[in-house]
Amino acid sequence: MSASVETLDAHAHDHHHHDPDVQHHFESFEQQQEASKLGMWLFLAQEVMFFGGLFASYTVFRFLYPEAWSVGSHQTSIPIGAFNTSVLLLSSFSMALGVYSVQVGNTRNLIRFLLLTLILGAIFVGVKLQWEYLPKWEHGLVPGLNTFHPDPHPMHGHGVAEWLAADPANVAHLQLFFIFYFLMTGMHALHMLIGFGIILVLLVKAWRGTYGPRRFNTIENFGLYWHFVDIVWVFLFPLFYLVH
Amino acid sequence: MSHKEEITTGHHIVPPFTYFKVLIMLALLMALTVIAYYFNMGEVLNIGVAMAIAVAKMVLILLFFMHVKYSTRLTWVFAGAGFFWLVLLFTLTLADYVTRYTWISPFTNN
Repeated sequence: MSASVETLDAHAHDHHHHDPDVQHHFESFEQQQEASKLGMWLFLAQEVMFFGGLFASYTVFRFLYPEAWSVGSHQTSIPIGAFNTSVLLLSSFSMALGVYSVQVGNTRNLIRFLLLTLILGAIFVGVKLQWEYLPKWEHGLVPGLNTFHPDPHPMHGHGVAEWLAADPANVAHLQLFFIFYFLMTGMHALHMLIGFGIILVLLVKAWRGTYGPRRFNTIENFGLYWHFVDIVWVFLFPLFYLVH
Repeated sequence: MSHKEEITTGHHIVPPFTYFKVLIMLALLMALTVIAYYFNMGEVLNIGVAMAIAVAKMVLILLFFMHVKYSTRLTWVFAGAGFFWLVLLFTLTLADYVTRYTWISPFTNN
């Protein structure tokens, strides 16, 4: 009887010697890290489902209307797309370095890399808005209520005017391409904007010394989010810019 | 140094040079995908090559930037679950659409 009471006391005594960086419902630091990471991956799995639905619909309509997809894709600028892709890859690199910095306890570099990630992301969105979305609006290529009037003259590619005039369905299918274009790249850009907001919060907290080698879950998890958004763009680029 | 890493983080810290090598690989793959665009290899290969390169880039980002290579198998399962679902979505959806119509090429006057 007394032996079991002693065991109980010893057990309770152990729990009072817990690691200050480990929340009480976890057994170890590693388990806490793992649980945090798994939670983030669960969210990313949901994001895969979200974008996956969009990609699947894209696939169906590209299969059904390949000409419209070809004409639509030729209205995108490959140099701009390639530049933006490079900017995003660099931002993932800087985010990865930010995670490294916090893991080794270098808060100053963490702040620098978070800032760099933010700047690169902002360049991406800025280029997209100014040199992609705005010109498309000016050329009547933005779908909406009576906003889609493709003018074949400034459009790229051969035989576009004939193709548009040949069948009103062609105009409709082209509009469908641009619905997907703005929906998917827009949703991607929205994810980046949300990312910017989070980076700002992380910057403030990092400045206050919140993060270090024993507390960087949030940084690492945000890194996972940012890399995921990069992966989405890695697929958006060939699917919208590189259609023959 | 590695012993200290084990104690403080319980998992591998990826050195910055590894990240740099991955970045170079990603940049090369991106250049490759743009170059490949200018070779018209037929419908199937055009998109096949582009998607293969995109998948390669995704795998690099997943394994190294997102640390999946250094993660537990449970993390692999969680990471893979979304993509497994995606395979089901694409397979079942396309199985429907691809078999609905008699294939009439839109490029000829049928």
